[in-house]
Amino acid sequence: MSAGRVSRWSQIFAPLAVGSAFLVFWEVVVRINGIPQYILPGPLAIAESLWTDGPSLLGSLLVTLRVTLAALAAAAILGGMIAVLFSLSRIIELSLFPYAVILQVTPIVAIAPLIIIWVREPFLALLVCAWIVAFFPIVANTTVGLNSADRNLLALFRLYDASPVQVLRYLKLPTALPFFLTGLRISGGLALIGAVVAEFVAGTGGAETGLAFRILEAGYRLAIPRLFAALFLLSLTGIVIYLVLDGLSRVLLRHWHESALEAEEE
Amino acid sequence: MRGIGKRFGSGLTALEAIDLDIAEGEFLSLIGPSGCGKTTLLRIIAGLAEASEGERRLSLAADAGVRMPSGRVGFVFQDPTLMPWGTVVDNVMLPFRITGRVGSTERERVGAEIRAVGLAGFERAYPRQLSGGMRMRVSIARALVTDPDLLLLDEPFAALDEITRMALNEDLLRLWESRRTTVVFVTHSVFESVYLSTRVAVMTARPGRITADLPVELPQPRERALRTSPAYAMICATVSEELARAMAEGSH
Repeated sequence: MSAGRVSRWSQIFAPLAVGSAFLVFWEVVVRINGIPQYILPGPLAIAESLWTDGPSLLGSLLVTLRVTLAALAAAAILGGMIAVLFSLSRIIELSLFPYAVILQVTPIVAIAPLIIIWVREPFLALLVCAWIVAFFPIVANTTVGLNSADRNLLALFRLYDASPVQVLRYLKLPTALPFFLTGLRISGGLALIGAVVAEFVAGTGGAETGLAFRILEAGYRLAIPRLFAALFLLSLTGIVIYLVLDGLSRVLLRHWHESALEAEEE
Repeated sequence: MRGIGKRFGSGLTALEAIDLDIAEGEFLSLIGPSGCGKTTLLRIIAGLAEASEGERRLSLAADAGVRMPSGRVGFVFQDPTLMPWGTVVDNVMLPFRITGRVGSTERERVGAEIRAVGLAGFERAYPRQLSGGMRMRVSIARALVTDPDLLLLDEPFAALDEITRMALNEDLLRLWESRRTTVVFVTHSVFESVYLSTRVAVMTARPGRITADLPVELPQPRERALRTSPAYAMICATVSEELARAMAEGSH
């Protein structure tokens, strides 16, 4: 369908056109008004800083990325396990879920200093902070998924004398997979935010410095183009994490779930 | 079944004093207005729901007793109730997966059953790629794959269009004729019940009771031509009359 093709093209080029127009506008405004770099650098100055400071910033990005990915993995595994535990026992769910909510609604900035005092190993401290932010969407979504198995299929499993483990393995886990993946996509972004916030609070922490600390440092030194360059890398990382998780979700669900079906198909 | 009654927690009496004997190899249809407890009765027969009173005895092949071994009963729901993440083979294989027997014999059984319901070539298809009628065929194949002694169908064709429904009626008849599995079939359709069954039980609502129990003495094997024969029309008329009486009774 031509309508489909148009929307596909515009999906890529419309935002690209808006972005380019915005960058040009930004550069022009900065030049015409002679705004100094320590207040607002133009896109060209930022690009230049990205080029010159790139290698060192990439090193910092790697540090942050390690925390983010470790926290996301921990959130996926532990979150999934907690959700399974909840689905197996209503009483466990009732007694623990409120505390998961409390952990979720308490601002991470407020708990981070405590965690950094308690957990001496800096990497681990950052990991715990990022994990606390990231695990809840996975637990909440997966729990809903595990509880939304088809009633008739449950009856069928009962008819064939299925054990609770079989019901979990053949029915509840597959039902919960799309919910889990939705949680994972949300948590991907949150893990990055958690890692950055924790780095902000921790300061240098150890020998290695993450991207968040480089942003702070650049701010203190009024190296605003570098600050923007670090910021740019940070959002780029967030986008890449999202795209990777979105792709993973599509691959895993491609055969059966509505969310992963191509729009053109019948 | 003797004096089966079912009361729900809300105080609603769904079934009252139901006596029902189902002989081996019989094709029994339960017909009645909506909400007369046909589905509840079927679930009690399957052991999916407990009766509040009365006794349910099942003698299946050599086994006797209330709790029946898994795989002796097949159940087809109103919806195909397939697992969307599994292929046709995965879905039909499910009963074997649960009993923990997945060998070459079982694979062959699954393949044969898929062919028996006319889905050869669709083994690797996912439910979303199939039409409503085909999905229902998968559901029937899954119910039959363990070669059950008792097959329970809960308005399986209600959501299908007339043409698909007719085709599935024929297929169900052929499957039953070749195996003589005991069948209990819940339906809203008089014509369907008479065409398929050896016996029709008419139910009334609030509380659910069986008000008529009519044998269907029509020649077998049943052919499409039967649908226009006078004998068929007469039995349909009798069942319709009983149904009308049951509905009139249920309304006051």
